[in-house]
Amino acid sequence: MQRRDRQLGLLYALPIGVFLAVAFLAPILLVAAFSTMPPKVFSIWNLPDFSAYYTVITQGYWKTVAWSLGMSMAATLILFVVCWPLAYGMAKVFGRFSLVLTIGVVMTLFVSENIRLFGWVLTLMKGGLVEGYVRAWTGTGFDGLLYNVPVIVFGLCYVYLPFMLFPLAQGIAMVPEDARAAAFDLGATRWQIFREIELPLAMPGILVGSLLTFVLAAGALAETKLLGGQAVIVIAEEVETAFTYGQNWPLGAALAMVLIVIVGGIAIWGVGRADLDRMMGRR
Amino acid sequence: MRTSRLMGWLLVAYGCAVLAFLYLPLVSVGLASISKARYLTFPIRRYAYDWYGEALASDTVRDLLLVSLKVAGIVTVLSMVIGFLGALAFARYSWRFRKAYQKLILLPIFFPQTVLGLALLMWFNTVGIIPSWKTAVVAHLVWIAPIATLVISIRAYSFDPALEEAARDMGATTWDTLREVTIPLLMPGVISAGLFAFLLSWGNFPLSLFTTGADSTLPEWLYAKMVSGYSPLVPTVGILTVATSAVLLAVGLTAALIFKRARAARKA
Repeated sequence: MQRRDRQLGLLYALPIGVFLAVAFLAPILLVAAFSTMPPKVFSIWNLPDFSAYYTVITQGYWKTVAWSLGMSMAATLILFVVCWPLAYGMAKVFGRFSLVLTIGVVMTLFVSENIRLFGWVLTLMKGGLVEGYVRAWTGTGFDGLLYNVPVIVFGLCYVYLPFMLFPLAQGIAMVPEDARAAAFDLGATRWQIFREIELPLAMPGILVGSLLTFVLAAGALAETKLLGGQAVIVIAEEVETAFTYGQNWPLGAALAMVLIVIVGGIAIWGVGRADLDRMMGRR
Repeated sequence: MRTSRLMGWLLVAYGCAVLAFLYLPLVSVGLASISKARYLTFPIRRYAYDWYGEALASDTVRDLLLVSLKVAGIVTVLSMVIGFLGALAFARYSWRFRKAYQKLILLPIFFPQTVLGLALLMWFNTVGIIPSWKTAVVAHLVWIAPIATLVISIRAYSFDPALEEAARDMGATTWDTLREVTIPLLMPGVISAGLFAFLLSWGNFPLSLFTTGADSTLPEWLYAKMVSGYSPLVPTVGILTVATSAVLLAVGLTAALIFKRARAARKA
């Protein structure tokens, strides 16, 4: 019986395992190999000289890395504050309304990110929904609200809200009602219950939500391009530029490696700590 | 300690506000799509539905639609099959490398999609494959097959192994057990994974961007038009793609509801 389980497990894991090895791990290794190549070559059969990394360090690319990481950190913090009450409601208060909310939020995930961000462009631009109506009602308009750093962070918050909300709700659902009631009976204030009971017990959910949001936002591209105009350049855009206009694959690969190492490091660390069997409800 | 009524209502109001916020940009796109003017400014003065006629009659839009449908359709079927097997290995059986395997499945979901698209482009180039819509299928699968695996795994976790053992004890072969017990039990999970796969592939842009070669999907075309300046067709085609997903989702949810009701009625 156990032996058959082991064989079947391995057998069933093969299709997706082989596929990911060929179409996910191999391309990443290729990027790693390319990043060591001399500038502007298009094959990996050259002598590696690591000059692309030298360029990354000396040409001030750290600034774009800092922008990407800084904006995704800001978005993660804002989303935590915005989502907490809602996640709390979904886990403890709402009942039926939770389902409505879940379906409503999940449905937005199926609409192309482009279209939703374009909608914000139409909403916030000069002559857009907000400015247009303000001008029509008050007679005085203002410049559009687009093309600055706060609006990019706003866009990141908008797009990645579900990735914070659902893990948080899952985490808060794991806080036992008894523990909160006991703390309350012992005279704890609302704030003390939050800090001493809810925050530590919901930590797995908080961790997953924050990591997911941060990692996805760090690699984001469309938000900066559509909402930010030329306000800042993020790392994903530098990677794209190096590959397309720059025609410098090794530089693009080295920049991609910087992003991969940061994101991959955080993701592997976070995923390594999570017990998937418990989180997904194994019997 | 109970949450007070007032607090409950405030939270519900907050939830509604967040939902409104999530859908506001789609309202803007919807309004823009029925504006008569070639250059959009709010408030809209004259409404017209001409752009819809033009979009539906356009050959470009038809080609884009075909490419998007082909990609999403194939991705759906393949992720259902791969995800079904993958979920059994993920959740049902205990085997040696299961923990490592579970983590491998999660990694592509975290991975920045634009970079994944570029990495695949380099990979196809090195191996000597010319990118077309078929390579986009591969790119979408890297991200969507793991998601399908997770969706089916949730169902597989609540599956009682005793059912499979009972079938075996009565003399069923591995294949019989799979066909008669495992597949029917996991079917709801497989179908919702298929729905997820289709919708995610249909709306995906960052993976398609570098991997479709000369072909183009709907979200790619929309992005190209958005970056190069306003065209009145952009909101119209955007709303048409959204409407397609919405109809599909509505059909899926209704079918699930009917299925559940029918099953409850049979039990009663």
